[in-house]
Amino acid sequence: MATQNAPGGTGKPGTARHFKVWRGDESGGELTDYQVQVNEGEVVLDVIHRLQATEAPDLACRWNCKAGKCGSCSMEINGMPRLGCMTRMSTFEENETVTITPLRTFPVIRDLVTDVSYNYEKARETPAFAPPTDLEPGDYRMQQVDVERSQEFRKCIECFLCQNTCHVVRDHEENKVAFSGPRYFIRAAELDMHPLDAKADRKEYAQASQGLGYCNITKCCTEVCPEHIKITDNAIIPMKERVVDRRYDPVVWLGSKIFRRGKQNEAVQGQTPRDPDELGSVHSHAGGSHEPEAEVGAERGVHWGRQVPHPTAPPLDSRGRLAISEFTFDKAAAPSPFGDDVTFPLPAEGLNYSHPDQPQAKD
Amino acid sequence: MTTRIERHHYDVVVIGAGGAGLRAAIEARLAGKRTAIISKSLFGKAHTVMAEGGAAAAMGNVNSRDNWQVHFRDTMRGGKFLNNFRMAELHAKESPQRIWELETYGALFDRTKDGKISQRNFGGHEYPRLAHVGDRTGLELIRTLQQKIVSLQQEDKKAHGDYEARIKVFAETTITELLLDGDRVAGAFGYYRESGEFVLFEAPAVVLATGGVGRSYLVTSNSWEYTGDGHALALRAGATLINMEFLQFHPTGMVWPVSVKGILVTESVRGDGGVLKNSEGKRFMFNYVPDVFRKQYAETEEEADRWYTDPDNNRRPPELLPRDEVARAINAEVKAGRGTPAGGVYLDIASRLPAEEVRRRLPSMYHQFKELADVDITAEPMEVGPTCHYVMGGVEVDPDSGAAAGHVQGLFAAGEVSGGMHGSNRLGGNSLSDLLVFGRRAGGHASAYAEGLAARPKVAAADVEAAVDRALAPLEREGGENPYTLQQDLQAVMGDLVGIIRRKGELEESLVKLADLRDRVTRVAASGGRRYNPGWHLALDLRNMLVVSECTARAALEREESRGGHTREDFPTMAPQWRTVNLVCSLDGDKVRLEHKPLPRMRGELIQLFDRAELAKYLTEEELADFDALTAEAHAEEAAN
Repeated sequence: MATQNAPGGTGKPGTARHFKVWRGDESGGELTDYQVQVNEGEVVLDVIHRLQATEAPDLACRWNCKAGKCGSCSMEINGMPRLGCMTRMSTFEENETVTITPLRTFPVIRDLVTDVSYNYEKARETPAFAPPTDLEPGDYRMQQVDVERSQEFRKCIECFLCQNTCHVVRDHEENKVAFSGPRYFIRAAELDMHPLDAKADRKEYAQASQGLGYCNITKCCTEVCPEHIKITDNAIIPMKERVVDRRYDPVVWLGSKIFRRGKQNEAVQGQTPRDPDELGSVHSHAGGSHEPEAEVGAERGVHWGRQVPHPTAPPLDSRGRLAISEFTFDKAAAPSPFGDDVTFPLPAEGLNYSHPDQPQAKD
Repeated sequence: MTTRIERHHYDVVVIGAGGAGLRAAIEARLAGKRTAIISKSLFGKAHTVMAEGGAAAAMGNVNSRDNWQVHFRDTMRGGKFLNNFRMAELHAKESPQRIWELETYGALFDRTKDGKISQRNFGGHEYPRLAHVGDRTGLELIRTLQQKIVSLQQEDKKAHGDYEARIKVFAETTITELLLDGDRVAGAFGYYRESGEFVLFEAPAVVLATGGVGRSYLVTSNSWEYTGDGHALALRAGATLINMEFLQFHPTGMVWPVSVKGILVTESVRGDGGVLKNSEGKRFMFNYVPDVFRKQYAETEEEADRWYTDPDNNRRPPELLPRDEVARAINAEVKAGRGTPAGGVYLDIASRLPAEEVRRRLPSMYHQFKELADVDITAEPMEVGPTCHYVMGGVEVDPDSGAAAGHVQGLFAAGEVSGGMHGSNRLGGNSLSDLLVFGRRAGGHASAYAEGLAARPKVAAADVEAAVDRALAPLEREGGENPYTLQQDLQAVMGDLVGIIRRKGELEESLVKLADLRDRVTRVAASGGRRYNPGWHLALDLRNMLVVSECTARAALEREESRGGHTREDFPTMAPQWRTVNLVCSLDGDKVRLEHKPLPRMRGELIQLFDRAELAKYLTEEELADFDALTAEAHAEEAAN
């Protein structure tokens, strides 16, 4: 059929575009240049298929459904972890070189195919669903509103882009032993929120055995998720907040510094005062230090135009845990690291900057 | 080049890691058998994830009048009474248990108000029957089964210190040959895609769960894996295929842009006012209303348009004719030169409804096309045409055990690769429940078969050597045929000559061309090495695609009637005498042999679930006479009591 090889059969001529595709295996490789015909309406995976059918028949690349549903064609396109089938060529400039490389976090097998067995190992280490012992099949009763929380995480197509993006393992092979990664945090969260799961310690397990504490909430995983699962906001943060381990979890610890939940002795879960006036000064940039000089120094570095508070311990609920959670928090998703009461842009007159290595300018 | 061969011993080898394969493997492992799962892709990527609608099971959660008898009736009607009645019966009876069982594995279906599994309406199902999770039910099913297998592995780790002590997934592994000892299955031979190294599984029982054949068509909703491997392995092992002429084509798959080629455009686009237009801008469906439907369908655009708001006083728009009629019309327009540049027609909803309304009624369609293709369906028409979706035909099996018919023992099949369950046409939603019901049965019976063997069949060394040679041949050949070109040529033959509307002359021509292709496939060559080389993999798959395509073409030529997924332009109606016949393909040497085989007769209590008036549309005079006798007998018995 002649139309088949013609550009999409539309009669519109395709244009030759410049691609760099990484070719090689575990012993090394390089970016190879290709001029490929690109037709209207195509995605990156179409271009790879054209390469295979023409000048590079042995170009290795995984794919299956070509509809964004199976999560096979994960790759890095101009450095961005993406699905090849969901990256339209029209999102690039006509003369832009498109560089396609394999996922960086996993060992390369050949060309764009990497060894993703790390993920399957972590899947096996995550304790499975524990069915309730007192219910027969067919007797399960759950409310839609309750299953929806877990269903969000079950949308996961296991493309492993989140795993690939997570900087805890991206350039840190050594962390792979202790760290399960975002994919398996949402699995733990899904089971934790499952209305009938009989295992009660999902959160504690995630903290103790999956390396949840390594995550410092940069939200990169959420950003690359093709299913738009709110990995950080809806799974990781609620998991962290409910497994408070202030000594070992930098984020909870930092959260306790940044987000004051009212005065310690009047904190009640679900009644968190968020009014900055009521709280007085609310923002700190001193990082870990509670010393007054540190606060002053921090303020000199970046001045947010407001008072700097005195550090206080976070409020705890009756069980001695932090009260922060998705359900009690008054905003959707996670708090802003700058404080939810700060709006941008800040008034210019209140801003300054001093480089830490330069002599302090006198005010 | 090394010819090192890794050897494994298992009790049951399951080829295919979609819904049917995983369910079979779970059953084999639960029966205490050492089980291997062979997955052509990564674990959890199987084509099952594409299923959107749901899994049909007569649980009666939404309408309590639903029961297995009603589901059975719907399935038989959908398949135009060509179904293997026993399979349809088992399927209708057992699917509720299979769905409930998934909940104990951790599945989370959408719920009714009283907390039960919600069920949705679907074409051909009398009551709301499809258990679903939004529009990603297939993903939920595969993930649930995948996670159940992981949980079994965790149990094994506790008991034996090894996750893979009793069940192991061989990801990205392709089986190229089944090995026999006499007429008994002795093992399976294949290669790891990753390394290109060979692997031999010695096992007395093999379950085929390899899915369908859609990659033989250019426009298909199927993934690259769907090359009819299981169909071909079964044929070569001495099993038989039935109903291979029945392929389900969806009339409105996207044909343009390429990034969404084959993806289905749901029928509700037409139900909500979408119209089909040719390249001249004419709404052509009015020219294609067959006489039998003349009374129910509108004759003018004005009347058709009034139907959407006042269906009681107006006749339906012809865009809503049955799938095969719509597909036939699109096909005719394209062949008459009034198609779009990409070879389809226009489906226009943009000019029919305000953008806001389109987005509200068809949110997932809108998003799918926006995201995958940057097509705004509220602003421009879609280009659609028939897309290959599902194969009803497959390995002829014993309905209760899934054991393959023909002269081979120890071979079982379940899911799309098996034939009979869906007759000439599958109802939406019956596929996912089919996978579970017959996956479980095949896994259980394969285990029992392995258990009952006094001695294990032996793999012959010569057979393994032959398999190695055959697998390596394309790599060693210099300057042979390009596998990608061969696949395109095969797709062209199947699409043009054995497509949705078939004609005697074209089918005969297709057989000539397939014979020519078959000759070329023996000269296929792949460049590059053995490590993850897609050109080589395709070269090996072509052999399977070709033999299965030939079965389809031969059966399509033989069956001189139109029924379900087989439409002959020269025999446009159903013929009752053809309903009593299954066309059975087998291999004689390397030639496809086609035979007629009578359909099993439905048991009395099952056929009496139907009205005589309905049966009269399908059955022959003799069968109707038998039915009447049966009814009279039942009445007499009633009177006697």
